[in-house]
Amino acid sequence: MTATLIWILVALVVVGLYLSWTAGRLDRLHARIDAARAALDAQLLRRASVAQELATSGVLDPAASIVLYEAAHAARQAEEEQREVAESELSQALRAVFGEVQQVEAVREAPGGEEAAEELAQAVRRVPMARRFHNDAVRAARALRRHRKVRWFRLAGHAPFPLAFEMDDEPPAALADRAA
Amino acid sequence: MRIGIVCPYSWDVPGGVQFHIRDLAEYFIRLGHEVSVLAPADDDTPLPPYVVSAGRAVPVPYNGSVARLNFGFLSAARVRRWLHEGAFDVIHIHEPTSPSLGLLTCWAARGPIVATFHTSNPRSRAMIAAYSILQAALEKISARIAVSEYARRTLVEHLGGDAVVIPNGVDVDFFAKAEPKAEWQGETIGFIGRIDEPRKGLPVLMKALPKILAARPRARLLVAGRGDEEEAVESLPAELRSRVEFLGMVSDEDKARFLRSVDLYVAPNTGGESFGIILVEAMSAGAPVLASDLDAFAQVLDRGEAGELFPNEDADALADAAVRLLGDPGRRAELRERGSAHVRRFDWATVGADILSVYETVTAGAAAVAEDERTTGLWGRLGLARD
Repeated sequence: MTATLIWILVALVVVGLYLSWTAGRLDRLHARIDAARAALDAQLLRRASVAQELATSGVLDPAASIVLYEAAHAARQAEEEQREVAESELSQALRAVFGEVQQVEAVREAPGGEEAAEELAQAVRRVPMARRFHNDAVRAARALRRHRKVRWFRLAGHAPFPLAFEMDDEPPAALADRAA
Repeated sequence: MRIGIVCPYSWDVPGGVQFHIRDLAEYFIRLGHEVSVLAPADDDTPLPPYVVSAGRAVPVPYNGSVARLNFGFLSAARVRRWLHEGAFDVIHIHEPTSPSLGLLTCWAARGPIVATFHTSNPRSRAMIAAYSILQAALEKISARIAVSEYARRTLVEHLGGDAVVIPNGVDVDFFAKAEPKAEWQGETIGFIGRIDEPRKGLPVLMKALPKILAARPRARLLVAGRGDEEEAVESLPAELRSRVEFLGMVSDEDKARFLRSVDLYVAPNTGGESFGIILVEAMSAGAPVLASDLDAFAQVLDRGEAGELFPNEDADALADAAVRLLGDPGRRAELRERGSAHVRRFDWATVGADILSVYETVTAGAAAVAEDERTTGLWGRLGLARD
Protein backbone atom coordinates (compact mmCIF):
# COMPACT_ATOMS: atom_id res chain seq x y z
CA MET A 1 0.00 0.00 0.00
CA THR A 2 2.71 2.41 1.07
CA ALA A 3 4.82 1.29 -1.86
CA THR A 4 2.05 2.14 -4.32
CA LEU A 5 1.60 5.54 -2.73
CA ILE A 6 5.31 6.25 -2.97
CA TRP A 7 5.31 5.27 -6.64
CA ILE A 8 2.35 7.51 -7.37
CA LEU A 9 4.12 10.35 -5.58
CA VAL A 10 7.34 9.76 -7.55
CA ALA A 11 5.39 9.72 -10.82
CA LEU A 12 3.66 12.98 -9.92
CA VAL A 13 6.97 14.65 -9.09
CA VAL A 14 8.49 13.50 -12.38
CA VAL A 15 5.50 14.78 -14.37
CA GLY A 16 5.68 18.05 -12.44
CA LEU A 17 9.35 18.51 -13.19
CA TYR A 18 8.76 17.78 -16.86
CA LEU A 19 5.94 20.31 -17.05
CA SER A 20 8.01 22.92 -15.25
CA TRP A 21 10.86 22.32 -17.68
CA THR A 22 8.49 22.70 -20.62
CA ALA A 23 7.09 25.91 -19.17
CA GLY A 24 10.69 27.17 -18.90
CA ARG A 25 11.26 26.34 -22.55
CA LEU A 26 8.12 28.18 -23.55
CA ASP A 27 9.05 31.16 -21.43
CA ARG A 28 12.44 31.32 -23.12
CA LEU A 29 10.81 31.15 -26.54
CA HIS A 30 8.49 34.03 -25.69
CA ALA A 31 11.46 36.07 -24.53
CA ARG A 32 13.20 35.26 -27.81
CA ILE A 33 10.17 36.44 -29.79
CA ASP A 34 10.08 39.70 -27.82
CA ALA A 35 13.76 40.36 -28.49
CA ALA A 36 13.40 39.45 -32.17
CA ARG A 37 10.35 41.69 -32.51
CA ALA A 38 12.20 44.60 -30.90
CA ALA A 39 15.10 44.07 -33.30
CA LEU A 40 12.72 43.95 -36.28
CA ASP A 41 11.00 47.16 -35.14
CA ALA A 42 14.37 48.87 -34.82
CA GLN A 43 15.42 47.84 -38.33
CA LEU A 44 12.09 48.87 -39.88
CA LEU A 45 12.24 52.22 -38.16
CA ARG A 46 15.81 52.76 -39.27
CA ARG A 47 14.86 51.96 -42.86
CA ALA A 48 11.91 54.36 -42.82
CA SER A 49 14.05 57.13 -41.29
CA VAL A 50 16.80 56.85 -43.89
CA ALA A 51 14.19 56.76 -46.65
CA GLN A 52 12.52 59.87 -45.29
CA GLU A 53 15.86 61.62 -44.93
CA LEU A 54 16.72 60.88 -48.55
CA ALA A 55 13.26 61.98 -49.69
CA THR A 56 13.66 65.39 -48.07
CA SER A 57 17.34 65.84 -48.97
CA GLY A 58 16.68 67.24 -52.45
CA VAL A 59 19.02 64.70 -54.05
CA LEU A 60 16.14 62.88 -55.73
CA ASP A 61 13.85 64.37 -58.36
CA PRO A 62 10.59 65.84 -56.99
CA ALA A 63 8.36 62.97 -58.14
CA ALA A 64 10.58 60.31 -56.59
CA SER A 65 10.88 62.44 -53.44
CA ILE A 66 7.12 62.59 -53.00
CA VAL A 67 6.60 58.85 -53.61
CA LEU A 68 9.34 57.96 -51.14
CA TYR A 69 8.28 60.51 -48.53
CA GLU A 70 4.66 59.32 -48.64
CA ALA A 71 5.62 55.67 -48.22
CA ALA A 72 8.18 56.31 -45.48
CA HIS A 73 5.81 58.55 -43.58
CA ALA A 74 2.96 56.03 -43.84
CA ALA A 75 5.25 53.24 -42.61
CA ARG A 76 6.30 55.22 -39.55
CA GLN A 77 2.78 56.28 -38.64
CA ALA A 78 1.03 52.97 -39.37
CA GLU A 79 -1.21 51.39 -36.74
CA GLU A 80 -0.28 47.88 -35.70
CA GLU A 81 -2.88 46.24 -38.01
CA GLN A 82 -1.76 48.33 -41.00
CA ARG A 83 1.94 47.91 -40.34
CA GLU A 84 2.67 44.95 -42.61
CA VAL A 85 0.92 46.62 -45.56
CA ALA A 86 2.59 50.00 -45.00
CA GLU A 87 6.07 48.46 -44.69
CA SER A 88 5.49 46.39 -47.84
CA GLU A 89 4.51 49.57 -49.66
CA LEU A 90 7.70 51.22 -48.51
CA SER A 91 9.63 48.24 -49.95
CA GLN A 92 7.83 48.75 -53.25
CA ALA A 93 8.53 52.49 -53.24
CA LEU A 94 12.20 51.88 -52.51
CA ARG A 95 12.36 49.38 -55.36
CA ALA A 96 10.71 51.85 -57.70
CA VAL A 97 13.05 54.70 -56.77
CA PHE A 98 16.31 52.77 -56.41
CA GLY A 99 15.69 50.22 -59.15
CA GLU A 100 18.50 51.62 -61.27
CA VAL A 101 22.19 51.79 -60.52
CA GLN A 102 22.37 55.38 -61.84
CA GLN A 103 20.00 56.63 -59.15
CA VAL A 104 22.14 55.07 -56.41
CA GLU A 105 25.25 56.58 -58.02
CA ALA A 106 23.60 60.01 -58.03
CA VAL A 107 22.88 59.72 -54.31
CA ARG A 108 26.45 58.64 -53.58
CA GLU A 109 27.85 61.63 -55.43
CA ALA A 110 25.85 64.18 -53.43
CA PRO A 111 27.55 65.62 -50.32
CA GLY A 112 26.97 63.20 -47.44
CA GLY A 113 25.30 60.86 -49.90
CA GLU A 114 27.87 58.11 -49.50
CA GLU A 115 26.84 57.54 -45.88
CA ALA A 116 23.13 57.82 -46.63
CA ALA A 117 23.36 55.26 -49.43
CA GLU A 118 25.40 52.95 -47.22
CA GLU A 119 22.91 53.29 -44.39
CA LEU A 120 20.00 52.55 -46.70
CA ALA A 121 21.78 49.54 -48.21
CA GLN A 122 22.40 48.24 -44.70
CA ALA A 123 18.80 48.82 -43.66
CA VAL A 124 17.26 47.06 -46.66
CA ARG A 125 19.57 44.12 -46.01
CA ARG A 126 18.87 43.89 -42.31
CA VAL A 127 15.08 44.08 -42.46
CA PRO A 128 14.75 40.67 -44.18
CA MET A 129 17.28 39.23 -41.73
CA ALA A 130 15.48 40.48 -38.66
CA ARG A 131 12.14 39.35 -40.06
CA ARG A 132 13.43 35.84 -40.73
CA PHE A 133 14.82 35.55 -37.20
CA HIS A 134 11.51 36.79 -35.78
CA ASN A 135 9.38 34.41 -37.80
CA ASP A 136 11.70 31.55 -36.97
CA ALA A 137 11.16 32.18 -33.26
CA VAL A 138 7.41 32.47 -33.81
CA ARG A 139 7.35 29.15 -35.63
CA ALA A 140 9.24 27.40 -32.80
CA ALA A 141 6.90 28.83 -30.15
CA ARG A 142 3.79 27.91 -32.12
CA ALA A 143 5.02 24.34 -32.60
CA LEU A 144 5.48 23.95 -28.85
CA ARG A 145 2.23 25.69 -27.93
CA ARG A 146 0.19 23.42 -30.15
CA HIS A 147 1.42 20.44 -28.16
CA ARG A 148 -1.14 18.66 -25.94
CA LYS A 149 0.84 19.02 -22.73
CA VAL A 150 0.98 22.80 -23.20
CA ARG A 151 -2.71 23.16 -24.04
CA TRP A 152 -4.01 20.82 -21.33
CA PHE A 153 -1.98 22.30 -18.53
CA ARG A 154 -2.24 25.87 -19.88
CA LEU A 155 1.52 26.28 -19.65
CA ALA A 156 1.44 29.32 -21.92
CA GLY A 157 -0.59 31.30 -19.38
CA HIS A 158 -2.10 34.45 -20.86
CA ALA A 159 0.61 35.10 -23.43
CA PRO A 160 -1.03 35.91 -26.79
CA PHE A 161 -0.63 33.34 -29.57
CA PRO A 162 2.45 34.55 -31.49
CA LEU A 163 1.93 35.82 -35.03
CA ALA A 164 4.48 35.92 -37.83
CA PHE A 165 5.29 39.29 -39.41
CA GLU A 166 4.44 38.96 -43.09
CA MET A 167 5.61 41.61 -45.52
CA ASP A 168 7.30 42.16 -48.87
CA ASP A 169 10.91 42.86 -47.92
CA GLU A 170 12.60 42.36 -51.28
CA PRO A 171 15.42 44.94 -51.42
CA PRO A 172 15.95 47.19 -54.48
CA ALA A 173 18.19 45.45 -57.01
CA ALA A 174 20.69 48.31 -57.28
CA LEU A 175 21.24 48.36 -53.50
CA ALA A 176 21.29 44.61 -52.99
CA ASP A 177 23.78 43.86 -55.73
CA ARG A 178 26.87 42.55 -53.99
CA ALA A 179 29.02 42.12 -57.07
CA ALA A 180 30.26 45.71 -57.12
CA MET B 1 31.94 43.32 -29.42
CA ARG B 2 32.92 40.19 -27.49
CA ILE B 3 32.37 37.25 -29.81
CA GLY B 4 32.59 33.57 -28.88
CA ILE B 5 32.83 31.07 -31.74
CA VAL B 6 32.35 27.33 -31.28
CA CYS B 7 34.09 24.95 -33.68
CA PRO B 8 32.77 21.36 -33.59
CA TYR B 9 35.73 19.66 -35.28
CA SER B 10 39.31 19.16 -34.16
CA TRP B 11 41.42 22.25 -34.73
CA ASP B 12 44.47 20.14 -35.65
CA VAL B 13 42.66 18.40 -38.54
CA PRO B 14 42.38 20.62 -41.63
CA GLY B 15 38.85 21.03 -42.95
CA GLY B 16 36.46 23.50 -44.54
CA VAL B 17 34.63 24.44 -41.35
CA GLN B 18 37.88 24.95 -39.42
CA PHE B 19 39.33 27.20 -42.13
CA HIS B 20 36.10 29.17 -42.28
CA ILE B 21 36.19 29.76 -38.53
CA ARG B 22 39.88 30.69 -38.59
CA ASP B 23 39.35 33.27 -41.34
CA LEU B 24 36.21 34.62 -39.68
CA ALA B 25 37.93 34.99 -36.31
CA GLU B 26 40.93 36.72 -37.87
CA TYR B 27 38.66 39.05 -39.85
CA PHE B 28 36.85 40.14 -36.67
CA ILE B 29 40.11 40.55 -34.76
CA ARG B 30 41.40 42.84 -37.53
CA LEU B 31 38.26 44.93 -37.10
CA GLY B 32 39.05 45.28 -33.39
CA HIS B 33 36.53 42.85 -31.90
CA GLU B 34 37.43 40.46 -29.13
CA VAL B 35 37.16 36.89 -30.35
CA SER B 36 37.55 33.57 -28.59
CA VAL B 37 37.17 30.25 -30.41
CA LEU B 38 36.34 27.09 -28.49
CA ALA B 39 37.52 24.04 -30.39
CA PRO B 40 38.42 20.41 -29.73
CA ALA B 41 42.19 20.01 -29.70
CA ASP B 42 44.81 17.88 -28.03
CA ASP B 43 46.17 19.69 -25.03
CA ASP B 44 49.68 19.72 -26.47
CA THR B 45 48.86 21.06 -29.97
CA PRO B 46 50.05 24.62 -30.48
CA LEU B 47 47.00 26.87 -30.91
CA PRO B 48 46.65 30.48 -32.06
CA PRO B 49 46.15 32.86 -29.12
CA TYR B 50 42.41 33.23 -29.75
CA VAL B 51 41.64 29.48 -29.61
CA VAL B 52 40.66 27.76 -26.36
CA SER B 53 40.92 23.98 -26.23
CA ALA B 54 37.84 22.02 -25.20
CA GLY B 55 39.83 18.85 -24.78
CA ARG B 56 40.53 15.98 -27.09
CA ALA B 57 37.82 14.78 -29.44
CA VAL B 58 36.95 11.10 -29.04
CA PRO B 59 36.54 8.94 -32.13
CA VAL B 60 33.14 7.22 -31.99
CA PRO B 61 31.04 5.48 -34.60
CA TYR B 62 28.31 7.94 -35.58
CA ASN B 63 26.02 8.17 -38.58
CA GLY B 64 27.72 5.43 -40.56
CA SER B 65 31.33 6.51 -40.12
CA VAL B 66 33.79 7.24 -37.35
CA ALA B 67 33.47 10.83 -36.20
CA ARG B 68 35.65 12.65 -33.72
CA LEU B 69 33.33 14.28 -31.24
CA ASN B 70 33.39 16.01 -27.89
CA PHE B 71 30.81 15.17 -25.29
CA GLY B 72 30.50 14.00 -21.74
CA PHE B 73 31.03 15.56 -18.37
CA LEU B 74 34.52 16.98 -18.94
CA SER B 75 33.67 18.71 -22.21
CA ALA B 76 30.46 20.13 -20.76
CA ALA B 77 32.44 21.56 -17.84
CA ARG B 78 34.94 23.17 -20.20
CA VAL B 79 32.10 24.67 -22.24
CA ARG B 80 30.59 26.19 -19.09
CA ARG B 81 33.91 27.59 -17.95
CA TRP B 82 34.54 29.11 -21.39
CA LEU B 83 31.09 30.73 -21.34
CA HIS B 84 31.62 32.02 -17.85
CA GLU B 85 35.09 33.47 -18.45
CA GLY B 86 34.30 34.85 -21.90
CA ALA B 87 31.29 37.01 -20.91
CA PHE B 88 30.38 37.19 -24.59
CA ASP B 89 27.91 39.55 -26.24
CA VAL B 90 27.10 36.90 -28.78
CA ILE B 91 28.13 33.31 -29.43
CA HIS B 92 28.33 31.81 -32.87
CA ILE B 93 27.96 28.04 -33.05
CA HIS B 94 28.94 26.10 -36.13
CA GLU B 95 27.19 22.88 -37.04
CA PRO B 96 24.86 22.84 -34.01
CA THR B 97 23.21 19.53 -34.90
CA SER B 98 26.35 17.40 -34.66
CA PRO B 99 26.52 15.80 -31.20
CA SER B 100 29.61 17.70 -30.21
CA LEU B 101 30.66 21.05 -28.78
CA GLY B 102 28.02 23.01 -30.69
CA LEU B 103 25.14 21.14 -29.15
CA LEU B 104 26.76 21.23 -25.70
CA THR B 105 27.11 25.00 -25.93
CA CYS B 106 23.52 25.42 -27.10
CA TRP B 107 22.47 23.39 -24.11
CA ALA B 108 24.52 25.31 -21.59
CA ALA B 109 24.12 28.91 -22.76
CA ARG B 110 21.39 31.47 -23.00
CA GLY B 111 21.34 34.87 -24.64
CA PRO B 112 22.02 35.80 -28.27
CA ILE B 113 23.10 32.63 -30.08
CA VAL B 114 23.85 32.57 -33.80
CA ALA B 115 24.30 29.24 -35.58
CA THR B 116 25.70 28.38 -38.99
CA PHE B 117 24.59 25.17 -40.69
CA HIS B 118 27.36 24.04 -43.03
CA THR B 119 26.43 20.58 -44.24
CA SER B 120 23.07 19.51 -45.47
CA ASN B 121 22.86 16.18 -43.66
CA PRO B 122 19.64 14.31 -44.08
CA ARG B 123 18.11 13.73 -40.68
CA SER B 124 19.82 10.74 -39.07
CA ARG B 125 18.13 8.04 -37.03
CA ALA B 126 19.88 9.22 -33.89
CA MET B 127 18.59 12.72 -34.48
CA ILE B 128 15.00 11.53 -34.72
CA ALA B 129 15.37 9.65 -31.45
CA ALA B 130 16.93 12.67 -29.78
CA TYR B 131 14.58 15.06 -31.52
CA SER B 132 12.85 16.51 -28.48
CA ILE B 133 16.15 17.09 -26.67
CA LEU B 134 17.66 18.55 -29.82
CA GLN B 135 14.64 20.75 -30.41
CA ALA B 136 14.86 22.16 -26.89
CA ALA B 137 18.51 23.06 -27.46
CA LEU B 138 18.03 24.36 -31.00
CA GLU B 139 15.13 26.57 -29.91
CA LYS B 140 17.64 28.78 -28.14
CA ILE B 141 19.30 29.80 -31.40
CA SER B 142 18.16 33.35 -32.15
CA ALA B 143 19.53 33.49 -35.69
CA ARG B 144 20.27 30.72 -38.14
CA ILE B 145 22.65 31.08 -41.07
CA ALA B 146 22.79 28.62 -43.95
CA VAL B 147 25.81 28.64 -46.25
CA SER B 148 23.77 28.23 -49.43
CA GLU B 149 20.20 28.29 -50.64
CA TYR B 150 20.51 24.51 -50.93
CA ALA B 151 21.63 24.14 -47.31
CA ARG B 152 18.78 26.43 -46.24
CA ARG B 153 16.24 24.24 -48.02
CA THR B 154 17.42 21.07 -46.28
CA LEU B 155 17.50 22.88 -42.98
CA VAL B 156 13.92 24.08 -43.37
CA GLU B 157 12.79 20.60 -44.41
CA HIS B 158 14.39 18.82 -41.49
CA LEU B 159 14.12 21.25 -38.64
CA GLY B 160 11.44 23.71 -39.77
CA GLY B 161 11.85 27.44 -39.27
CA ASP B 162 13.93 29.63 -41.50
CA ALA B 163 17.50 30.87 -41.99
CA VAL B 164 19.30 33.65 -43.80
CA VAL B 165 21.76 32.66 -46.50
CA ILE B 166 25.30 33.96 -46.07
CA PRO B 167 27.89 32.17 -48.17
CA ASN B 168 31.29 31.05 -46.94
CA GLY B 169 33.96 33.70 -47.27
CA VAL B 170 37.12 33.68 -49.33
CA ASP B 171 40.06 36.07 -49.31
CA VAL B 172 39.60 36.92 -52.99
CA ASP B 173 42.70 39.08 -53.33
CA PHE B 174 44.96 36.39 -51.89
CA PHE B 175 44.03 34.24 -54.90
CA ALA B 176 43.72 37.06 -57.43
CA LYS B 177 47.24 38.33 -56.68
CA ALA B 178 49.06 34.98 -56.60
CA GLU B 179 51.97 34.55 -59.01
CA PRO B 180 51.32 31.93 -61.75
CA LYS B 181 53.94 29.17 -62.04
CA ALA B 182 55.25 28.52 -65.56
CA GLU B 183 55.50 24.75 -65.15
CA TRP B 184 51.77 24.55 -64.37
CA GLN B 185 50.79 26.51 -67.46
CA GLY B 186 50.10 25.48 -71.05
CA GLU B 187 46.85 23.54 -71.67
CA THR B 188 46.63 22.33 -68.11
CA ILE B 189 43.52 20.99 -66.42
CA GLY B 190 43.49 21.37 -62.65
CA PHE B 191 41.87 19.25 -59.95
CA ILE B 192 42.13 19.74 -56.20
CA GLY B 193 40.75 17.29 -53.68
CA ARG B 194 41.19 13.97 -51.93
CA ILE B 195 42.22 11.42 -54.55
CA ASP B 196 40.74 8.43 -52.73
CA GLU B 197 37.41 10.06 -51.90
CA PRO B 198 35.06 9.00 -54.75
CA ARG B 199 32.61 11.84 -53.97
CA LYS B 200 35.27 14.34 -55.01
CA GLY B 201 34.82 12.83 -58.46
CA LEU B 202 38.37 12.07 -59.66
CA PRO B 203 37.19 8.70 -61.13
CA VAL B 204 34.72 10.58 -63.38
CA LEU B 205 37.50 12.84 -64.59
CA MET B 206 39.77 9.83 -65.18
CA LYS B 207 37.04 8.23 -67.28
CA ALA B 208 36.73 11.38 -69.37
CA LEU B 209 40.48 11.87 -69.72
CA PRO B 210 41.30 9.56 -72.68
CA LYS B 211 38.79 11.44 -74.84
CA ILE B 212 40.14 14.84 -73.76
CA LEU B 213 43.77 13.86 -74.33
CA ALA B 214 42.90 12.39 -77.74
CA ALA B 215 41.37 15.66 -78.88
CA ARG B 216 43.98 17.92 -77.22
CA PRO B 217 47.36 16.18 -77.62
CA ARG B 218 49.24 18.79 -75.57
CA ALA B 219 46.86 18.83 -72.60
CA ARG B 220 47.94 17.70 -69.13
CA LEU B 221 46.05 16.98 -65.93
CA LEU B 222 47.45 18.32 -62.64
CA VAL B 223 46.11 16.79 -59.45
CA ALA B 224 46.66 18.32 -56.01
CA GLY B 225 45.51 16.34 -52.99
CA ARG B 226 46.20 13.44 -50.72
CA GLY B 227 45.63 9.79 -51.66
CA ASP B 228 46.97 6.74 -53.45
CA GLU B 229 48.34 7.93 -56.82
CA GLU B 230 48.86 4.44 -58.29
CA GLU B 231 45.27 3.50 -57.66
CA ALA B 232 43.97 6.75 -59.14
CA VAL B 233 45.52 6.16 -62.58
CA GLU B 234 44.72 2.43 -62.64
CA SER B 235 41.79 2.86 -65.02
CA LEU B 236 43.92 4.89 -67.43
CA PRO B 237 45.76 3.30 -70.43
CA ALA B 238 49.48 3.05 -69.60
CA GLU B 239 50.62 5.45 -72.34
CA LEU B 240 48.46 8.26 -70.97
CA ARG B 241 49.60 7.98 -67.35
CA SER B 242 52.60 10.23 -67.93
CA ARG B 243 50.23 13.08 -68.71
CA VAL B 244 48.78 13.10 -65.23
CA GLU B 245 50.93 14.84 -62.65
CA PHE B 246 50.37 14.42 -58.92
CA LEU B 247 51.48 17.26 -56.71
CA GLY B 248 50.41 15.75 -53.37
CA MET B 249 49.17 18.06 -50.64
CA VAL B 250 49.86 21.70 -51.50
CA SER B 251 50.25 24.71 -49.20
CA ASP B 252 47.77 27.60 -49.32
CA GLU B 253 50.24 29.68 -51.33
CA ASP B 254 50.82 26.91 -53.85
CA LYS B 255 47.08 26.31 -54.11
CA ALA B 256 46.58 29.94 -55.08
CA ARG B 257 49.45 29.79 -57.61
CA PHE B 258 48.08 26.49 -58.93
CA LEU B 259 44.64 28.01 -59.54
CA ARG B 260 46.23 31.09 -61.13
CA SER B 261 48.19 28.88 -63.54
CA VAL B 262 45.77 26.25 -64.84
CA ASP B 263 43.83 26.82 -68.06
CA LEU B 264 40.75 25.00 -66.82
CA TYR B 265 39.64 23.99 -63.35
CA VAL B 266 37.43 20.89 -63.22
CA ALA B 267 35.21 20.03 -60.22
CA PRO B 268 33.62 16.66 -61.02
CA ASN B 269 32.23 16.11 -57.48
CA THR B 270 29.36 13.62 -57.42
CA GLY B 271 27.56 14.71 -54.26
CA GLY B 272 27.75 15.63 -50.61
CA GLU B 273 28.62 19.27 -51.27
CA SER B 274 26.62 22.00 -49.60
CA PHE B 275 28.67 24.95 -50.80
CA GLY B 276 31.76 24.50 -53.00
CA ILE B 277 34.39 26.84 -51.59
CA ILE B 278 36.97 25.48 -54.05
CA LEU B 279 34.95 26.89 -56.97
CA VAL B 280 34.98 30.31 -55.34
CA GLU B 281 38.74 30.04 -54.85
CA ALA B 282 39.23 28.99 -58.47
CA MET B 283 37.12 31.92 -59.72
CA SER B 284 39.03 34.29 -57.41
CA ALA B 285 42.24 33.17 -59.03
CA GLY B 286 40.68 33.73 -62.44
CA ALA B 287 40.54 30.07 -63.45
CA PRO B 288 37.72 29.13 -65.87
CA VAL B 289 35.58 26.58 -64.01
CA LEU B 290 33.87 23.46 -65.33
CA ALA B 291 31.81 21.74 -62.61
CA SER B 292 29.21 19.02 -62.19
CA ASP B 293 25.69 20.41 -61.92
CA LEU B 294 25.15 19.74 -58.20
CA ASP B 295 22.62 22.14 -56.66
CA ALA B 296 25.24 23.81 -54.52
CA PHE B 297 27.70 24.21 -57.42
CA ALA B 298 25.04 25.57 -59.78
CA GLN B 299 24.25 28.22 -57.21
CA VAL B 300 27.86 29.23 -56.60
CA LEU B 301 28.37 29.47 -60.36
CA ASP B 302 25.27 31.64 -60.77
CA ARG B 303 23.31 28.97 -62.70
CA GLY B 304 26.16 28.52 -65.14
CA GLU B 305 26.74 32.23 -65.81
CA ALA B 306 30.09 32.39 -64.01
CA GLY B 307 31.32 28.91 -64.93
CA GLU B 308 30.21 25.96 -67.04
CA LEU B 309 28.22 23.00 -65.74
CA PHE B 310 28.00 19.41 -67.00
CA PRO B 311 25.49 16.70 -65.99
CA ASN B 312 26.68 15.02 -62.79
CA GLU B 313 28.70 11.77 -63.29
CA ASP B 314 28.49 12.08 -67.08
CA ALA B 315 32.11 11.54 -68.19
CA ASP B 316 31.26 12.03 -71.87
CA ALA B 317 29.65 15.41 -71.29
CA LEU B 318 32.62 16.40 -69.12
CA ALA B 319 35.05 15.42 -71.89
CA ASP B 320 33.10 17.30 -74.57
CA ALA B 321 32.89 20.46 -72.50
CA ALA B 322 36.57 20.32 -71.54
CA VAL B 323 37.68 19.83 -75.15
CA ARG B 324 35.48 22.69 -76.30
CA LEU B 325 36.75 25.04 -73.59
CA LEU B 326 40.43 24.16 -74.11
CA GLY B 327 40.01 24.94 -77.82
CA ASP B 328 38.22 28.25 -77.27
CA PRO B 329 40.44 30.89 -75.61
CA GLY B 330 37.72 33.53 -76.16
CA ARG B 331 35.17 31.64 -74.10
CA ARG B 332 37.73 31.01 -71.37
CA ALA B 333 38.61 34.68 -71.19
CA GLU B 334 34.90 35.45 -70.90
CA LEU B 335 34.51 32.95 -68.03
CA ARG B 336 37.57 34.41 -66.27
CA GLU B 337 36.07 37.86 -66.46
CA ARG B 338 32.60 36.85 -65.30
CA GLY B 339 34.01 34.65 -62.55
CA SER B 340 36.22 37.42 -61.18
CA ALA B 341 33.29 39.86 -61.03
CA HIS B 342 30.85 37.31 -59.58
CA VAL B 343 33.23 36.21 -56.85
CA ARG B 344 33.33 39.59 -55.10
CA ARG B 345 30.16 38.69 -53.20
CA PHE B 346 32.09 35.89 -51.49
CA ASP B 347 34.91 38.15 -50.33
CA TRP B 348 35.39 38.41 -46.57
CA ALA B 349 34.70 42.12 -46.76
CA THR B 350 31.11 41.35 -47.83
CA VAL B 351 30.55 38.08 -45.97
CA GLY B 352 32.10 39.32 -42.73
CA ALA B 353 29.97 42.48 -42.80
CA ASP B 354 26.84 40.37 -43.30
CA ILE B 355 27.69 38.10 -40.39
CA LEU B 356 28.37 41.15 -38.24
CA SER B 357 24.94 42.50 -39.28
CA VAL B 358 23.42 39.27 -37.96
CA TYR B 359 25.27 39.70 -34.65
CA GLU B 360 24.09 43.28 -34.35
CA THR B 361 20.51 42.33 -35.17
CA VAL B 362 20.33 39.68 -32.45
CA THR B 363 22.26 41.57 -29.79
CA ALA B 364 20.25 44.79 -30.18
CA GLY B 365 18.41 45.12 -26.90
CA ALA B 366 19.29 41.64 -25.69
CA ALA B 367 21.29 40.76 -22.59
CA ALA B 368 24.75 39.22 -22.97
CA VAL B 369 25.38 35.50 -23.15
CA ALA B 370 25.27 33.69 -19.81
CA GLU B 371 25.14 30.18 -18.49
CA ASP B 372 21.67 28.72 -18.61
CA GLU B 373 21.15 27.68 -15.04
CA ARG B 374 17.77 26.20 -15.74
CA THR B 375 19.32 23.39 -17.67
CA THR B 376 22.71 23.00 -16.10
CA GLY B 377 22.35 23.22 -12.34
CA LEU B 378 20.49 20.77 -10.15
CA TRP B 379 18.67 23.66 -8.54
CA GLY B 380 17.59 24.77 -11.96
CA ARG B 381 16.21 21.37 -12.72
CA LEU B 382 14.23 21.42 -9.51
CA GLY B 383 12.80 24.77 -10.51
CA LEU B 384 14.52 26.60 -7.64
CA ALA B 385 16.98 28.67 -9.64
CA ARG B 386 16.82 32.40 -9.21
CA ASP B 387 15.74 33.89 -12.51
